[in-house]
Amino acid sequence: MAAETSRTARLDPSSATVGMVLLLVIVLGFAGAASATDAGFAAHSWMFLIAGVVGFAALLGWHESGDKTPTFDKAYYEEGVVKAGIVATMFWGVAGFLVGLVIALQLTWPNFFYFPDFPWTNFGRLRPLHTSAVIFAFGGNALIATSFYVVQRTCRTRLAGGMWPWFVFWGYQLFIAVAATGYLMGITQGKEYAEPEWYADLWLTVVWVAYLGVFLATILRRKEPHIYVANWFYLAFIVTIAMLHIVNNISLPASAVGAKSYSLFSGVQSALIQWWYGHNAVGFFLTAGFLAMMYYFIPKRVERPVWSYRLSIVHFWSLIFIYIWAGPHHLHYTALPQWAQTLGMTFSLMLWMPSWGGMINGLMTLSGAWDKLRTDPVVRMLVVSVAFYGMSTFEGPLMSVREVNALSHYTDWGIGHVHSGALGWVGFVTFGSMYCLTQWVWKRPKLYSNALVEWHFWIATLGIVLYICSMWVSGIMEGLMWRAYNDFGFLEYSFVETVSAKHISYIIRALGGGLFLLGALIMIYNLVRTARGDVPVEDRNRASAAPTLQHAE
Amino acid sequence: MATAKKASWLIRNHKFFEKHSYILLVGILITVAIGGLIEITPLFYLKNTIEKVEGVRPYTPLELAGQNIYLREGCYVCHSQMIRPLRDEVERYGHYSLAAESMYDHPFQWGSKRTGPDLARVGGKYSDEWHKQHLVDPRSLVPESIMPPYAFLANQPLDFAGIQRDMRTLGIAGVPYTPAMIERAPDDVLAQAGGDLDVEAMKADYAAIAGREGGVLVRDFDGVPGEPSEMDALIAYLQVLGTMVDFSTYEAEDLSNKR
Amino acid sequence: MDYEGWSSFAQTGGTAYFVAIFAVVLVYALWPRNGARFKRAAELPMKEKEHGDDRPLA
Repeated sequence: MAAETSRTARLDPSSATVGMVLLLVIVLGFAGAASATDAGFAAHSWMFLIAGVVGFAALLGWHESGDKTPTFDKAYYEEGVVKAGIVATMFWGVAGFLVGLVIALQLTWPNFFYFPDFPWTNFGRLRPLHTSAVIFAFGGNALIATSFYVVQRTCRTRLAGGMWPWFVFWGYQLFIAVAATGYLMGITQGKEYAEPEWYADLWLTVVWVAYLGVFLATILRRKEPHIYVANWFYLAFIVTIAMLHIVNNISLPASAVGAKSYSLFSGVQSALIQWWYGHNAVGFFLTAGFLAMMYYFIPKRVERPVWSYRLSIVHFWSLIFIYIWAGPHHLHYTALPQWAQTLGMTFSLMLWMPSWGGMINGLMTLSGAWDKLRTDPVVRMLVVSVAFYGMSTFEGPLMSVREVNALSHYTDWGIGHVHSGALGWVGFVTFGSMYCLTQWVWKRPKLYSNALVEWHFWIATLGIVLYICSMWVSGIMEGLMWRAYNDFGFLEYSFVETVSAKHISYIIRALGGGLFLLGALIMIYNLVRTARGDVPVEDRNRASAAPTLQHAE
Repeated sequence: MATAKKASWLIRNHKFFEKHSYILLVGILITVAIGGLIEITPLFYLKNTIEKVEGVRPYTPLELAGQNIYLREGCYVCHSQMIRPLRDEVERYGHYSLAAESMYDHPFQWGSKRTGPDLARVGGKYSDEWHKQHLVDPRSLVPESIMPPYAFLANQPLDFAGIQRDMRTLGIAGVPYTPAMIERAPDDVLAQAGGDLDVEAMKADYAAIAGREGGVLVRDFDGVPGEPSEMDALIAYLQVLGTMVDFSTYEAEDLSNKR
Repeated sequence: MDYEGWSSFAQTGGTAYFVAIFAVVLVYALWPRNGARFKRAAELPMKEKEHGDDRPLA
């Protein structure tokens, strides 16, 4: 009895509310598993059910352990969830890069990498797995982890919401797991970058609202009068992604206990909303969120404030305003009305200005500390990421010009473009931030090995260069071959001739992707040794240098 | 001293700062939401002015099941269904795509990448036998192809238990399926795939929406009698792509077709 | 309003809307009185020098 009362007394509201949500998940998972109309929905109901039970058991176990004094102590930062985020980022990163390598090999050697007996290994199901794993799992976890770290440090207060940040973290992992297994089972809405079905979308909405709540509540209890510009970018990312996600995924489930749903929109409307979503997923997920990282980790790492705070404000507002209009450039020469195409193209061209303003701001933050480019490979990684940002935001508006788009659209040039952004910008800024974060949250004076960061940097850079150059070549080549005419006024090449012409490029592309993956593996080794607190290689060499010399005598 | 002074100043201004972060939130929302609204809203008034053209009709139950397989296998990640009005595309693939042609696609399947060729008008270009062989083993017909094999479709019986539910759902989304079409749907699947059933009622119903006769292909698409397979459905879908519009009724120069 | 009306509004209204927002932002960012606030805000990440510290500064 006495134990019961004291237990109740200790129950904090955040754990109680998370517990109630988990109970609801258990109930709904059970109901879904019991009455599912198809195997896919049944499997996913079981996943929710098991996740709910495991989560609830973990919550109870944590509560019973008594090891929670002081619970969510405001005198300390919440760093556990940041550590978990680093692990998740690197895990999903390698998973996503690996699937990318596999599908690159499938397109290169179809006879070896397709397995007719296993439908789930086909390109059509693995490609969404790859894109979602790198964008939403790798990128999303990096954003959640860094935003939780940055908002605490720049507001000088503990993360708000007690248990809720952990709900956000694990809820997001559950969404990824449901989405990924869904693709393999063939559960998809058939919309690029928005493939998860309605129940996964609903679950992500719940997680995302919790994320917004935690982030906003932390800002509200800040001990600083100002909201640092990185938090503006994070907030814009969280809010806008919520809006895009909800609008683009409005659909009618064919059954409350089945996986299949039909988009409410069709044809032209469906296309415009999808690319309004798709383009702004790039603008707010892969740009605004990662710019927030740039605005915190570069100044912090080089220990000088951002070059121009005024510029960062203009950068912020013009970026979020202009991006939202640019989506229709994905639909040039389609059945979309021409005025909408022109509008999209005009705003895409204007986008060049804020993008380069931001790039200049990031690069110039180093002024007076340029030597760090040489001495600190992590700084170099961050700076090169900004350079790639500048490059792909120059290429993007170029490709949005109708006449250029007539050539580039539907070709590998687009694949090359997104990878110069994804590998060069998103990948490198994330790697740089993760190197910083691992060192900082595990309280290590330095990384385990700077030499390994150098190796990672050069291997990955070589990989990116091979990747994007091969895609430029194959993309422009196939675009030109599709429109080539012979002397008699007939189309010169059949479609399949343009496919076989790309074979060499595809080999080089797979090699580039493989190198990028190798770099990430080297990074993980380095981060694990850093987190474990192993003596840094550079120090060990210095310490062991003297004895070795003596031994040589 | 300085800290204490600062703290009291903070307390005094706390309310304002709380508001300030809400102002930021609202500012972001206004900036992004209004832009999107202004851009997207006009498109919803487009419905009445979509090209004046005859022949477009909703998919039959078998074709719809085929489209769902097309989505499930992720065909859209490599194949577009949108022919642009460029000389080489029109010569390679056929008449450029009209907005009306995808008005019953929930969602649209225009695609964004041509790792394989455009499929907007693949219907009727190849025989059923070609499609089946090509899906089972693409490289047996096109040695340089990099397409995945889909042999399992031929052995997989088509699951159309939920087809009426699917059509009812699409009906809510605006696809003009009549109660009779939905009522008859399971029979229509069997009938269109070459089952020995009456097809006249189905043909008449879909012709009524299309505004012209002869739009529904009825045959054993996979060449294997008996229960329809997933191969039947997918080939039925591929064979109808781009064949619906009666281009004799389409006038590109008509003002209402110039948007 | 019909489709024609909406689409022409999207083009003219959109441009006017953009110009207005951009002007407001420029004025806000370049207003001299705001300079000191921005300077303090820019210093925010620099406040905590010790990465080993897991307590917020008092």
